[in-house]
Amino acid sequence: MLDTTLQPVADQSASQRRPVRPARSTTGQAARRPGPWRRLASPVVVLALWQAACSAGLISPQTLASPWQILQTAISLTRDGTLPHNLLVSLGRALSGLAIGTVAGVALALVAGLSRLGEDAVDALMQMGRTLPVLAMVPLFILWFGIGETPKIALVSLGVLFPIYLNLFKGVRNVDPKLLEMARTLGLSRAQTILQVILPGALPDLLLGLRFAVGISWLMLVVAEQINANSGIGHMMMDAEDFLRTDIILVGLFVYAALGLISDQIVRSIEARVLAWRPSNVR
Amino acid sequence: MNMMHRPEPVIRPEPVIRIEGLTRRFGGPAVLDALDLSVGRGEFVALLGRSGSGKTTLLRTLAGLDDVTEGRVQVPGDVAVVFQESRLLPWKRVWQNVGLGLGARDAKDRAIAALGEVGLDHRVDAWPLTLSGGEAQRAGIARALVREPQFLMLDEPFASLDALTRLKMQAMVGELWQRHRCAVLLVTHDVDEALLLADRAVVLEHGRIRTEVDIDLPRPRRHADAEFNRLRGVLLDALGVEQASH
Repeated sequence: MLDTTLQPVADQSASQRRPVRPARSTTGQAARRPGPWRRLASPVVVLALWQAACSAGLISPQTLASPWQILQTAISLTRDGTLPHNLLVSLGRALSGLAIGTVAGVALALVAGLSRLGEDAVDALMQMGRTLPVLAMVPLFILWFGIGETPKIALVSLGVLFPIYLNLFKGVRNVDPKLLEMARTLGLSRAQTILQVILPGALPDLLLGLRFAVGISWLMLVVAEQINANSGIGHMMMDAEDFLRTDIILVGLFVYAALGLISDQIVRSIEARVLAWRPSNVR
Repeated sequence: MNMMHRPEPVIRPEPVIRIEGLTRRFGGPAVLDALDLSVGRGEFVALLGRSGSGKTTLLRTLAGLDDVTEGRVQVPGDVAVVFQESRLLPWKRVWQNVGLGLGARDAKDRAIAALGEVGLDHRVDAWPLTLSGGEAQRAGIARALVREPQFLMLDEPFASLDALTRLKMQAMVGELWQRHRCAVLLVTHDVDEALLLADRAVVLEHGRIRTEVDIDLPRPRRHADAEFNRLRGVLLDALGVEQASH
């Protein structure tokens, strides 16, 4: 089994080998990058060792399921609908939390960034709030919101709020004053200046904040779903713990990892599109 | 040579910019000290001075970026500024930068026409950060001209360009001015640039006018001209530059 499943991948990695090149070329000269295959070599080796150790009986399934077992569990969990259902529930929580936190963070950052009065009203609170460990508020959230969807979405929203706020506020305030002067000499109105100069200038910072926020939203979700929930990937994993099903737990872990990776890629591709004016993105 | 050099009084056009007794302090000694200056309609004035002489403060005041605290300043409503750095918005394409704030329905056409005038037709859709220094400065000039200003201010616009590009840009500004005939105030510390382009050169020192020279030379002007050389001597002297006597 081991040989037949892993061999093709290893073969491919050898045949696609290319001459050494910097991993990231900063010059926009070539769309050709070194193939991802070579970078896959070490994970494949680790996977092979892991499988070998499990097959040889060195690791008991109750400690760590084998990769093959995990794959089969993932397939059966998908077939019987458990995984898709829990995945959708988790995705829904993450997305609603991300949306609420982003909207609130953007609104607060604009209020604080665009007026001194707003800064006085908002910024001190936010700077204090960001030092709070959000995860430590879980007990309070359960007392306030019970054990339904609300505390989970609230936790994600709160985790997302701060990176969005802090980065966008900084971005609004750090817009090049020379460009603002230029806008004044062109006779741009306040609204025009905000729309054409300040907001586009702060966009890179907002996107940076969004990348942090996406990472944090998954972290918050893991915690929220493992403390009390009757659905979601985290719940599926906690359930599996009771039955010593390390294979299901690992499926959950891989799903979380994949979600994190995919969402980061999505933000990056938004960045490349929206910040097309940056020399590194110009083709 | 230390005397104020003023040839026979010239009949000046009606002034569009009038500065009377303008004084500006930032804590210490006055940066502008009871300055009087006027620029006539369609007149090209070069403002020279060493760094710290108050050139930039004067320009910022005329551009409305600094407040007038003492004295009187009268400037038309339609003023355009070309800064030393082009100050293009990097997230807008070149034509969008030129048409910024125009609001009119034909903003794009006007922007493209202005870019054509400065020889940037081929870069209309480019992102500003991909422009060369000279191209960016041309775009800055197009952005100023597209507004058809009565008064154009140029703040050392060619200072960061290489010598060849600078010569081309100077010639271009000269032509554009002849075509548009707006009043121009060119802040520079390049004496030759002032003599090539301006009707009048004003040398600022400690916030006051030290020397004012009418440059009554036929255009296009040449460096080799005897009068050109004499005026260069006058201006360099006013700027406190020691010259070898020959």
